[in-house]
Amino acid sequence: MSARGFPAVAHETLADSQLRRNLGKATQTIRAKRLATVAELDDWEGLREAGAAIKARAMATLPEQLERLEAAVTRAGGTVHWARDGAEATALVAEVARAHGAREVIKVKSLATDEIGLNEGLAERGVTAIETDLAELIVQLDGDKQSHILVPAIHKNRAEIRALFERTIAQGQELGWEASAIAEAARKHLRAKFLSVPMAVSGANFGIAETGTICVVESEGNGRMCTTLPEVLVTVMGIEKVLAEWRDLEVFLQLLPRSSTAERMNPYTSLWTGVRPDDGPREFHLILLDNGRTDVLADEVGRQALHCIRCSACLNVCPVYSRAGGQAYESVYPGPIGAILTPQLRGLGEAPTLPWASSLCGACYEACPVKIDIPSVLVHLRARVVREEKSRLAPEALAMGAAAKVFASRGRYERAQRLSRLGRGPLGRVPLPGWSAMRESPEVPETTFREWWRARDGAARPAAGPEAGR
Amino acid sequence: MRVALFITCFNDTLFPRTGQAVVELLERLGCEVAFPEEQTCCGQMHFNSGYADDGLALARRLERVFDGYEAVVSPSASCVGMVRDHCPAIASRVFELCEFLVDRLGVVDVGATFPHRVTLHPTCHSLRVLEVGDRPRRLLEAVQGLDLVPLEEAEECCGFGGTFAVKNADTSMAMLSDKLRRILDTRAEVCTAADNSCLMHIGGALRRQRTGVRAMHLAEILAARE
Repeated sequence: MSARGFPAVAHETLADSQLRRNLGKATQTIRAKRLATVAELDDWEGLREAGAAIKARAMATLPEQLERLEAAVTRAGGTVHWARDGAEATALVAEVARAHGAREVIKVKSLATDEIGLNEGLAERGVTAIETDLAELIVQLDGDKQSHILVPAIHKNRAEIRALFERTIAQGQELGWEASAIAEAARKHLRAKFLSVPMAVSGANFGIAETGTICVVESEGNGRMCTTLPEVLVTVMGIEKVLAEWRDLEVFLQLLPRSSTAERMNPYTSLWTGVRPDDGPREFHLILLDNGRTDVLADEVGRQALHCIRCSACLNVCPVYSRAGGQAYESVYPGPIGAILTPQLRGLGEAPTLPWASSLCGACYEACPVKIDIPSVLVHLRARVVREEKSRLAPEALAMGAAAKVFASRGRYERAQRLSRLGRGPLGRVPLPGWSAMRESPEVPETTFREWWRARDGAARPAAGPEAGR
Repeated sequence: MRVALFITCFNDTLFPRTGQAVVELLERLGCEVAFPEEQTCCGQMHFNSGYADDGLALARRLERVFDGYEAVVSPSASCVGMVRDHCPAIASRVFELCEFLVDRLGVVDVGATFPHRVTLHPTCHSLRVLEVGDRPRRLLEAVQGLDLVPLEEAEECCGFGGTFAVKNADTSMAMLSDKLRRILDTRAEVCTAADNSCLMHIGGALRRQRTGVRAMHLAEILAARE
């Protein structure tokens, strides 16, 4: 998939007034709720520090933690696979489906599987993946793309969803306007699948190296159904999701729900360790997915993006996301975290505009439950794009080089100031259509500050002699 | 107290009145103001745009210019943020104007009179990089005759962001439109902030739309004795 770039897609999404209303309203509501829920905890800042420290330690010892996880899962009767990329992971899932004769699989909402395009990959091999999270189902039925980490259909309103269901899973029915009646159509459709499909695929919020336990948190109960009812369960887990110890979970089960849904506790927290006779799936496969993560780990500044717990707080507080919408980021990871994660996972050349899709306002850093310094990583990635991807002869690079020379010398700087008054030179008026579409440019004043200072200084202290530096 | 003024290239070239107001205000409060004329740019534009080497070289140059002064004051929160992060030798001696007035001089009432209806855009870098908190608001509240009206969603970015306003012009304008609507909702005569970069962006749109609302740096209000 070749990216069109953030400015080009945002130009279109910003023109969709329905989208901007839907998104503006939704993000404003969740922002206020999150602030209130977070304020309830006296030790919130301590929890954030702990979350950041636990993640940093897990990443610093990643190979060791992954091997501990593999050993523990295997001991508990599960099977562990390693996948370098999406193609390998997809082939592994397809092989399990083939071995069980599964033509359909039910899915727990999972960003890692969306990242690798698992549903499309399985479809090519004759296996139909059925999303069971309500919002994921909406996106899937509409052939649409997700626009939010937690609420993938945040860009759609009730009327649009009702029309979609009446066109697909509730053909010939009148669903009315009650949210519960519209959701009931999805419930009926999914219940039949939960009870009949023999295989499920999930992601993982956390994988505990110490015990081999996988954790999925969710709100609808569909995840619990998927991880308990089918005969076989396959979990695709990004390698950065590993936690060293069981006790680490305590910190994240406080940070995650408050940051993502503004809840004290999420409705469903499913934890499983391998397999058990007569309880849950008979077979459990854990696929550990790299898909670019090792490369991210090699960047000392950028690697903190791997600490993300996918809460989406940064999306909800972001003034850029809440206007342009998730689809402008052309990735399953939108918003501020997407702007630093996508270019690192795919390679900078694949998403070179994303590090600039931010005004560096810092709202994301303030909200992040594991204190990822997103503005600093953005600036770091900008420097990498300039260094690695851009021509030194590009107009911007030449202008920046010229400006740097001017600022490096007082004499050149003062000459440039005088020229700018005539509308010329490196500090003069550059025609910027993006600026002048909505704003007047400031008038260049008759005197600079330093000219005023010298005149005043000279008048106050005539003994000082002729003005220096002219 | 002897204070060096870090005017910033942007204010020096485009907004000299802000610098004049800072000098007037500091002198009124008993400071002796110095202006090291070797100063140019802190390198923030280069650094934040991906030209890190150029940006850091300019920051080091600025560090040398101001080394030796016991206090450096600047009317720009974002430039002070750059200096604090990248000029370690002077970082603890550089103050944004509101910080300097409230923390170093210990004044909240600076003796200003400005009988107008004013709203405050707190600026992202004041709030989240420098963490100046309610200092600008307290300074404005102590101004004689000033009617400070709260701005809805004040802490949200105005959409300037340096080169962001040009590179992502559409998104920047969408953010600016919302900021403008909220400013107009306050029925204020003046929108103020501790940074002329946000104000150039906000004020440019206020003028384009002939709203009659002025954008004015906080220093100019604090220096006013109407």
